[in-house]
Amino acid sequence: MKLFDYAKADSAEAAVREGADRDTKFIAGGTNLLDLMKLQVETPARLVDISRLPLNDIEEIEGGGVRIGALVPNSDLAADPIIRERYEVLSRALLAGASGQLRNKASTGGNLLQRTRCYYFYETAARCNKRVPGSGCDAQEGFNRILAILGTSEHCIATHPSDMAVAMRALDATIVTLGSDGERRRIPIGDFYRLPGDTPDVENVLRVGELITHVELPPAPAGRQTYRKVRDRASYAFALVSVAGIVAIEDGKISSAQLAFGGLGPMPWRDSAVENALIGRAPSDALFGEAADLLLRDAKGFGSNDFKIPLTRRTLIATLRELTA
Amino acid sequence: MHFTINGQPHQAEVDIRTTLLDLLREHLSLTGSKKGCDHGQCGACTVLVNGRRINSCLTLAVMHQDDEIVTIEGLGTPEKLHPLQAAFVKHDGFQCGYCTPGQICSAVGMLDEVEKGWPSHVSATLDDPDFTDDEIRERMSGNLCRCSAYPNIVDAIREVADAKQPAQAEAAE
Ligand SMILES: Cc1cc2nc3c(=O)[nH]c(=O)nc-3n(C[C@H](O)[C@H](O)[C@H](O)COP(=O)(O)OP(=O)(O)OC[C@H]3O[C@@H](n4cnc5c(N)ncnc54)[C@H](O)[C@@H]3O)c2cc1C
Ligand code: SF4
Ligand code: FES
Ligand code: FES
Repeated sequence: MKLFDYAKADSAEAAVREGADRDTKFIAGGTNLLDLMKLQVETPARLVDISRLPLNDIEEIEGGGVRIGALVPNSDLAADPIIRERYEVLSRALLAGASGQLRNKASTGGNLLQRTRCYYFYETAARCNKRVPGSGCDAQEGFNRILAILGTSEHCIATHPSDMAVAMRALDATIVTLGSDGERRRIPIGDFYRLPGDTPDVENVLRVGELITHVELPPAPAGRQTYRKVRDRASYAFALVSVAGIVAIEDGKISSAQLAFGGLGPMPWRDSAVENALIGRAPSDALFGEAADLLLRDAKGFGSNDFKIPLTRRTLIATLRELTA
Repeated sequence: MHFTINGQPHQAEVDIRTTLLDLLREHLSLTGSKKGCDHGQCGACTVLVNGRRINSCLTLAVMHQDDEIVTIEGLGTPEKLHPLQAAFVKHDGFQCGYCTPGQICSAVGMLDEVEKGWPSHVSATLDDPDFTDDEIRERMSGNLCRCSAYPNIVDAIREVADAKQPAQAEAAE
């Protein structure tokens, strides 16, 4: 690990004052940042410890939504009575991720910003445009079993590994931030992450030193909610493919559908064409197959991850069957 | 830096990069907590911080100066074993023993989570789930055992859980 300076912040305002430069990183649970610092994939010159900021509450807000502090641990969020009752998809996604120990430490903000698990990103001897811009991408000709089939570019095919963010994408969460200039921003999660393009090192729209303070969820959507995760072992593994689904039925027809996908792209993936194709139609396997074809119309495998295309199709169909049964 | 570990105050002068695990093992001679992977993937380093189980390899010592830290050394002594320690011995819940301190600290934290009513990935309902053996397996999945003592680990934890919560034991049957 490279040597760094350390400062502890006792308020969000102090944190953004301390954090306003390119070589500084906030540290919350540390479960992703320290992992990467040990390998010198991340080499911040300074850490600002935000783990004790008073951003630990889950509260109901006007209009029926919920505001989640950026430091609420993943365990506490999954177990919160309001989340369990109204946002089951979020509880389920959190519980499908990592381990009991990690969820006790992992924070809401840190989970959104965790970096890819691409093997070549972790291996400093490999070429990786995300880690060293312009160096190349060893994954495309290498072991890419866990990598993306949608939203890739010739420069990077990494996936965003979070389960929680997939559920939040389906729920249309809003990310609330505080900038180093004191500006507060409200960023819909659909605008938060960026496609890799030719700058895969830039993963989201946060500015230097900008702190996530909260995540807000709109009022609980109508219908049934589920999170289905397919992985290489039954527990304690990242998703190969996952689906966060919320579907409502009225008079035998699908009246609303919110579907987000993990393991497929550089961000929690959502495609309005897929949802629109379902709305107003009676559930059937033929319809679900049509939706899967739409979702995968631009899918592209890179060899060892080709299997994700049929796997995604089957996983989406199974999820829609479950939600409309 | 100042720490409270197993109820005792400790002082150590350590590099800012020191993880909580390295502090315990290398600086305070509390070598019960083990280093398997050093990357959050095995659970051998599990300790309790303010009563919650965490991986001590993925956190900095400097971040825990105001916390109550409990390691395997603080749970029981050879003369007076913690109920989980006794159950691991009785059920042969280990072979080489390397993962065992982490398993036991993790199980202590896990049973506390169950008592609080926290659900898990395998819970059929998020509300008040039954505490089945599948629940034990899922909730302990963050602790790997290279000797694969898993069946006996589950038996040991089951015994302590049932003794703790007879009502739950019946419900699970
Ligand atoms: C073995 C293992 C298995 C895992 N399995 C899964 C899994 O199956 N599914 C899954 O979803 N995740 C999994 N994870 C990842 C885990 O969920 C993340 O490591 C965790 O959520 C990160 O949160 P943290 O608080 O520890 O972040 P940190 O490590 O503290 O920070 C991560 C990044 O976010 C930045 N940051 C943190 N908080 C803020 C904030 N409020 N504002 C601005 N920037 C901030 C930091 O600067 C850093 O760049 C796994 C991790 C491990 C080690
Ligand atoms: S896929 Fe992205 S993260 Fe992986 S090696 Fe290529 S550039 Fe790096
Ligand atoms: S040593 Fe900490 S999880 Fe393996
Ligand atoms: S007893 Fe040997 S690793 Fe578990």
